[in-house]
Amino acid sequence: MRDTQKHIRIALPVAALALLVALPFLAQLAGQPALVTLATRMMILGLAASALNIALGFGGLISLGHAAFYGVGAYAAGILTTHAAEGTLFLGLIPGSDQLLVNMAAALLASGLAAAIIGALALRTSGIQFIMITLAFAQMLFFFFVALKAYGGDDGLSLRRRNQLFGLNMRDDATFFYVTLVVLLAWLGICARLLHSRFGLILGGIRQSERRMQAVGVDTFRYRWLAFVISGMGAGLAGALMANLGRFVSPDMMHWTTSGELLIMNVLGGAGTILGPAIGAFALIGFEAVLAGWTEHWQIILGPLLVLMVLAFRGGLARIGRRA
Amino acid sequence: MALVLEQALNGVQLGVMLFLLAAGLTLVFGIMGVINLAHGSLYMVGAYAAAAAAKFTGSFLLAIPAGLAAAALTGMVVEYVVVRKLYARDHLDQVLATFGLILFFNQSIVLLFGRQPMFVQIPPALSGAVNLGLFAYPVYRLCIIVAGLLTAGGLFWLIQRTRLGMLVRAGATHRDVVQALGVDIRMLYTVVFGLGALLAGFAGLMAGPLLSVQVGMGEQILILTFVVVVIGGLGSVAGAFWGALLVGVVDTSLRAFLPQIMRLMMNNSEADALASGVSAMGVYLVMAIVLLVRPKGLFPGHA
Repeated sequence: MRDTQKHIRIALPVAALALLVALPFLAQLAGQPALVTLATRMMILGLAASALNIALGFGGLISLGHAAFYGVGAYAAGILTTHAAEGTLFLGLIPGSDQLLVNMAAALLASGLAAAIIGALALRTSGIQFIMITLAFAQMLFFFFVALKAYGGDDGLSLRRRNQLFGLNMRDDATFFYVTLVVLLAWLGICARLLHSRFGLILGGIRQSERRMQAVGVDTFRYRWLAFVISGMGAGLAGALMANLGRFVSPDMMHWTTSGELLIMNVLGGAGTILGPAIGAFALIGFEAVLAGWTEHWQIILGPLLVLMVLAFRGGLARIGRRA
Repeated sequence: MALVLEQALNGVQLGVMLFLLAAGLTLVFGIMGVINLAHGSLYMVGAYAAAAAAKFTGSFLLAIPAGLAAAALTGMVVEYVVVRKLYARDHLDQVLATFGLILFFNQSIVLLFGRQPMFVQIPPALSGAVNLGLFAYPVYRLCIIVAGLLTAGGLFWLIQRTRLGMLVRAGATHRDVVQALGVDIRMLYTVVFGLGALLAGFAGLMAGPLLSVQVGMGEQILILTFVVVVIGGLGSVAGAFWGALLVGVVDTSLRAFLPQIMRLMMNNSEADALASGVSAMGVYLVMAIVLLVRPKGLFPGHA
């Protein structure tokens, strides 16, 4: 009995991965090339949700401001790309870049820095205040980018072309799909390593009982802060990819509803698991796409469903599965 | 000087509006331990109900009870149907469920009223300006300040001097004892939630003639209200009051004066861009400073 469960646990992700790898071909066959872009979007938001999971699921930190780090990463990539196209310097110092690897590194750096500062402040509190403060600081960054007229302000920033990577044809949606898939898999690998590392175990201990971990002599603030920073960096990485996918960056990416959706994805798929948040992202975006096909007012269905999900199943499909 | 005073009054006017929202939010947290993201939706419901009533009857006097009743009723129904089941849950469940409520309310308003903002006329009796000696000030804004301060006074009286207020204070600190003494605590919760909704609706209906009534108005002010609550201290009504005034005055004066100050230092267009950015971020920076100095806020509540 336990054996079959174990087999399923290995077989399902392998099957899902095979399906993903084959997806561009299948979409071509079905004459639905838009599916490739949709799936890329799912993977990018899956990456962002999985990044939030490090703070939320591993660290027990309910951040309602992760859209900010996602947006900061997108802007980091977008701004460098713009400077590369214009041949100008960012802040008169830093040359632009149209290399995806460079821009992803810049996104990690910028969003990590933002998360480091916001985390250091927000972690001085806990509980409901932490939720409110992360939301408030995200809104602050939202206003900052709205006011940033040099990079489009309210209207956002259009990029002429996607970033380069090893001479691949990045304009091809299928190529970009595979690049995103590789980044996502690498990130999930890092998450898995992290969860089972010393760091991950201590984080789990803090989540369950901060006082006990303190009594054992752990500097709990430092671990939570580090989890928050890594989590923000992952969201920034997703932002850099999203900037490339749509060749567009705007303050709307950091709208607070994005933060809410990232939370929903986590709960839907199961926060605290490795694959759960990504699965949640696929489910939510897929569901939204289907609902949006029915009616323009799909949120009037999604809202009550969300309430029902929380009330009836104590939060999440994953928890239903675990109980069964 | 006159300009400074006028902007200070504008700040107080924003402050009392924020207080009306923050008071409900902080009461609901202090007593029930719930974070309610949909509090802004109740503000929106109040604003829309009042705007619709004003439009159909042509009377602002009728719009007031319409807005208040709609917000309070919506609040009590929401408490009875959804929020009541969230008291024992963790904050994540509360965030998700009330986020779902926001989606529902926003989309319902779109269905009922469309996406176009509604505009409400300032009632003729309250239009025009009153001479305050140094400068003339709009009557309507002055009315908001007075009404807000009166409401704040009434709320303090209610909490400190009445039997209901006693139950509210006792319920916040010793929930089980209050219940053991035979008080219907569920009824109390519904009433408190309805009261918070009433205050939010009051703010919404007063905001109608000043701002455009539109979908999403609730979340905009809700996030500012969070800043107020964090600065003032969670669970404290007095903290909500002073925090709201601080946020209102800081936000308004930054927006009013920063561009001119910046223009002294750089050319006009750069100054305006930078000033608009900094003034939009101003209250959040104040929040950051308060967090550094007093992480629990200026008036930490008991919760």
